[in-house]
Amino acid sequence: MSLNQNILVKLKQAGFRINGKWLVKGVSLEIERGKIVTLIGPNGSGKSTTAKIALGIYKKIDGEVEKHTNKIGYVPQKISIDWTLPLRVNDFMVLTENLKEEAINEALTLTGVIHLKDKNLGDLSGGEFQRVLLARAISKKPELLVLDEPVQGVDFTGEIALYELIKKISDELNCGILLISHDLHTVMSATDHVVCLNGHVCCSGSPLDVAKNNEYKALFGEQASQILTRYKHSHDHIHTNEGEIKKN
Amino acid sequence: MLDDFFIRALLAGLGIAFVTGPLGCFVIWRRLSYFGDTLAHSALLGVTLAYTMEFNIAISVFIISSCIALILIQLQKRTNLPGDALLGLLAHSSLAVGLVVIGFLTFIRFDIMGLLFGDILAVTADDLLIIWIGGPLMLLILKLIWKPLFASTVNYELAEAEGLNPDRAKAIFTILMAGIIAISIKMVGLLLITGMLIIPAAMARNISSSPQSMVIYSVLGGLLSVILGLFTSLQFNTSSGPSIIAASLFLFILSLVKIKQSIKLKN
Repeated sequence: MSLNQNILVKLKQAGFRINGKWLVKGVSLEIERGKIVTLIGPNGSGKSTTAKIALGIYKKIDGEVEKHTNKIGYVPQKISIDWTLPLRVNDFMVLTENLKEEAINEALTLTGVIHLKDKNLGDLSGGEFQRVLLARAISKKPELLVLDEPVQGVDFTGEIALYELIKKISDELNCGILLISHDLHTVMSATDHVVCLNGHVCCSGSPLDVAKNNEYKALFGEQASQILTRYKHSHDHIHTNEGEIKKN
Repeated sequence: MLDDFFIRALLAGLGIAFVTGPLGCFVIWRRLSYFGDTLAHSALLGVTLAYTMEFNIAISVFIISSCIALILIQLQKRTNLPGDALLGLLAHSSLAVGLVVIGFLTFIRFDIMGLLFGDILAVTADDLLIIWIGGPLMLLILKLIWKPLFASTVNYELAEAEGLNPDRAKAIFTILMAGIIAISIKMVGLLLITGMLIIPAAMARNISSSPQSMVIYSVLGGLLSVILGLFTSLQFNTSSGPSIIAASLFLFILSLVKIKQSIKLKN
């Protein structure tokens, strides 16, 4: 048992293999209340696998997972709704938990899709569907939120707004967030801890630490490193503005 | 006109339709129609067992179908054969073994047509008792596992991640499938049980916009099919199973007309 009461999930040297092939290996990380941990890495580097290990979807794993919460909201990377299943947004919202009408409306309003409440899921665009997925995950007020590329297909302005929303949720609900994203630019603003994966943990730490790391540079190139450091700079700058957070 | 046997058949059929309605929706959603076929084909073995041991047909079919489902799950773990090949293997081999066993049991007269296509004359008071106790019990169980089963039908990993235990729900659902086959085999016949599950549900899909409404329409479609089918069966002396399924096909075609209209409205 960990002594830290704030720890929601802890992975110790966790790994997962299928038919002898490692998808990911030797991952150690902690997700604490109110903190955002971001997984980055190239395609096939084991980001989603790591998330699924943390969620307990994969059972036969190497290493250990300690989970200290059952209130979990999950946005999977891919979800397809078959035509044979008539499912409206409203039905989807109560998929894993019976929610009050107000909770459903509140979550859909936060992600900006309240007007789609009675629409069939199959009729939504990719970006709209993504917003509904996020709304469903936050509506149950989880202690742990696992978001696997939550803003894929969302338009540019919407993307920034949703990342701000994710940061806000983390503060307001004091929940821990495990975020997977490709978008180094936007993600880094809110992230407390970055884990860079490439089949194993190639480096981890604060966004700035990771940006300076040589292995990270080798993986993403010098430019990506500059994005992060530059971001760090502008981040400081915005904070001097009467405590108000604004985007350039 | 309404002889005693007909009332029994009607009551049996209606009792069955209440259960096939919601189960049929899950069969369609989870793409289990071939799985249903496999369990139904294996039911023949259960029937032969019932005859040789002088045992209730529904109970022995339930036991055998559950065993086949368990064997299937084990095979899925142990071989790399695709699911449909495994289902075909089990469906046809259990049907074949059942027929071979019947061939050996020369001392018992089998109504093979009745087994394959259903026989309304065969429904006894005991069968009614099993249907009307087993049916509501199955519906109650389905209601209890609805949330995890439905959530995992939409997305397994989501259900698992958010702590709903979808594997248990799936196992219970498999047993319910064996159960519905057991109680409907006499009425509908083992070749047509899957039709009773999926045709009313498919009809319901055409006219519903939410999972709940699909379940309700599926039940209504099943009830109507049973009533229409059994009266036809009585009138024209046709087998009960094919008559019920033909009636459900008729309803399905009607539902297509409704779809066409709504597409026209959209354009």
